[in-house]
Amino acid sequence: MDSSISTEKPDVAIAPHAAHAHEEDHAGNSMFGFIIFLLSESVIFLSFFAGYILVKTTTPNWLPPGVSGLEVSKPAINTVVLVASSFVAYFAERALKKENLLVFRLLWLLTMAMGAYFLVGQAIEWSELEFGFSDGVFGGLFYLLTGFHGLHVLTGILLMGIMLFKSFVPNNYAGGHTGVDATSLFWHFVDVIWIILFILIYIWQ
Amino acid sequence: MTNVPVEGIAIPEVAHPEPQNNWRKYFSFSTDHKVIGIQYLVTSFVFFLIGGLLSMVIRAELITPQADLIDRTLYNSMFTMHGTIMIFLWIFPSLVGLANYLVPLMIGARDMAFPRLNAAAFWMVPVFGILLMTSYFLPAGTAQAGWWSYPPVSTQNPTDSVITGEFVWILAVAISGVSSIMGAVNFVTTIVRMRAPGMTFFRMPVYVWTVFSAQIIQLAALPALTAGAIMLLFDVAAGTAFFNPDKGGNPVLFQHFFWFYSHPAVYVMVLPIFGVFSEIFPVYSRKPLFGYRVVAVSSLLITTVSVLVWVHHMYASGTPGWMRMLFMATTMLVAVPTGIKVFAWVATIWKGKLRLNTPMLFCLGALIMFVFAGITGVMLASVPIDIHVNNTYFVVGHFHYIVYGTITMGMFAAIYHWFPKMTGRMYYEGLGKLHFALAFIGVNLNFFPMHPLGLQGMLRRVSSYEPEYAFWNVVASIGAFLLGMSTIPFILNMVGAWVQGKPAPDNPWRAIGLEWLVSSPPPVENFEELPVVVSGPYGYGKSDPLVENAAALKEG
Repeated sequence: MDSSISTEKPDVAIAPHAAHAHEEDHAGNSMFGFIIFLLSESVIFLSFFAGYILVKTTTPNWLPPGVSGLEVSKPAINTVVLVASSFVAYFAERALKKENLLVFRLLWLLTMAMGAYFLVGQAIEWSELEFGFSDGVFGGLFYLLTGFHGLHVLTGILLMGIMLFKSFVPNNYAGGHTGVDATSLFWHFVDVIWIILFILIYIWQ
Repeated sequence: MTNVPVEGIAIPEVAHPEPQNNWRKYFSFSTDHKVIGIQYLVTSFVFFLIGGLLSMVIRAELITPQADLIDRTLYNSMFTMHGTIMIFLWIFPSLVGLANYLVPLMIGARDMAFPRLNAAAFWMVPVFGILLMTSYFLPAGTAQAGWWSYPPVSTQNPTDSVITGEFVWILAVAISGVSSIMGAVNFVTTIVRMRAPGMTFFRMPVYVWTVFSAQIIQLAALPALTAGAIMLLFDVAAGTAFFNPDKGGNPVLFQHFFWFYSHPAVYVMVLPIFGVFSEIFPVYSRKPLFGYRVVAVSSLLITTVSVLVWVHHMYASGTPGWMRMLFMATTMLVAVPTGIKVFAWVATIWKGKLRLNTPMLFCLGALIMFVFAGITGVMLASVPIDIHVNNTYFVVGHFHYIVYGTITMGMFAAIYHWFPKMTGRMYYEGLGKLHFALAFIGVNLNFFPMHPLGLQGMLRRVSSYEPEYAFWNVVASIGAFLLGMSTIPFILNMVGAWVQGKPAPDNPWRAIGLEWLVSSPPPVENFEELPVVVSGPYGYGKSDPLVENAAALKEG
């Protein structure tokens, strides 16, 4: 045993002033974490899409008996509203950055309303369809994909509601607006997913 | 490396205070990554014991050719639960626990990026485990379709009950998936954004590289299993037909979802163990890790290739010939970055001054068994051999050389190596070596016979077999009981040493790495002042790292 061994230290040096230069960026961490969470979420949707393509291209009796196809016009209007809401959300976010709280709240509320319009439209479409969730593999995939996406739209609206509520808390946005940025990003994500979904289910029949 | 003494365990002859251990903190909702790390490790070990006891029953049943100990339904549920527990409640959480403990310390962070998320992810593990166990009390019994839960076997429901074992199984695995995704988001954010000043990517220990690579796999591939699980849940509980061929569904689609994740999951499990090897071999050989940069980057290569090989589990599922060839090629490609690592470890040990302490013994044993598993893995990647041994004990043998021989043994190496850091006390070397000896003999007696059994054609997941398979089955069962016994000295060692072991110095192995810079056990926020890193992680054999660092600081 050699006492000199206790002097062997790890391969680092301590600089006392470094700690100040290395403040934790909590907002940056949250945004980064949220982005990689969204990337992971997109893999779930990609898996569903891959499954949809595989089954559609290999199943002889794709549509349930008596069903000729899906009506496209109403979902198309829904699509336009949802895509437009992404732009509204973007301008809301910009208004917040310019500290124009009133415009932010109005545009944010408009985004929520457009999201709600989309959900109601989808609910009406569901109620009018002639096939159900357990009617063959098409029925299952249709309701699974639109339902899972609809759940994300609902989540987005709830998140926006929370952010709207927080905008009334005094000085809440003084230190930045990561929550609004993240919600806005989530909304764009939900939109992009819907465009792919719309093409896959409604256009490619 | 002339001035560094190399014999024996190097505990300096200086007085160390008795470490204070407040055991109550391990039962609380703590957000300290070190507490959470130990919570993961202890919880997962409890499940390891339960999963191990189930395997003892399985091996007791297989000691005779007849199914004479338990009925077939119970046998089916036993191998299903054994596999599920060992994968989802032992290997995954124990690896996450180790990474939780080590990663912030190794990169010079005070905690993980999202401490509350971290705690929430941990507490899902006992919830998952208890939920899984409750299925033993269901009228419909536990899941019986194996850990892969293939439809149409998993979607059959001969009882009237909606809440079947399979239903509970899917819910439980879903909770585990949510916990894993939360963990992965946390690890990737922590490693990318919380490194200490000067800790560039190429100054990170290889262990951190491997955790990073493994967690990227979690983010990229686990959602595919989630998608499959959601669809399977609806097939089981709501009468949908995603995987039901009678109504146009496609059961092979589930296999794609399952293996798209579950093959890369093998690398989620084994990559951190490669990291453990890369930390332990240099310390106990007193040499820098050979080819550090190549070893580090090879982890990312494994990550990339791992998501391109899943179909090799489906050679016998009606996969077209051209696709089999394609996936045979990509599967064999994994051997390249993996081989690089193996050669780097051998080159690290080569002509080193080896100290055969328990962690080193476990690592050497695990490396030998990994090489063996690698060879049988390449065999299984070959279409003709795989078609021959598909669904036989050959696959079980190969798989267990990885999950026990490599991963579990590597995990024991890690626990022994970092035990002094975690607890502030030294473990008992004699008990550690006894554990290793029993485990190494047990693993080989248990799992080697499965290879000849598989080549002869013995199917897996059966409780009775032809008498000509009896000899190797008796050998395997004796090995299994020996392996089970090997856990006893480990428990005695861990509990005994934690309660009254010799107080450990801050750096008992004279290792180089940030975690050895802090006291044993480390203080709540890890570092009083955040360290500034000025060179790489494996400077063994340098004349005096402190002098070099001081010079580097002056220059920089």
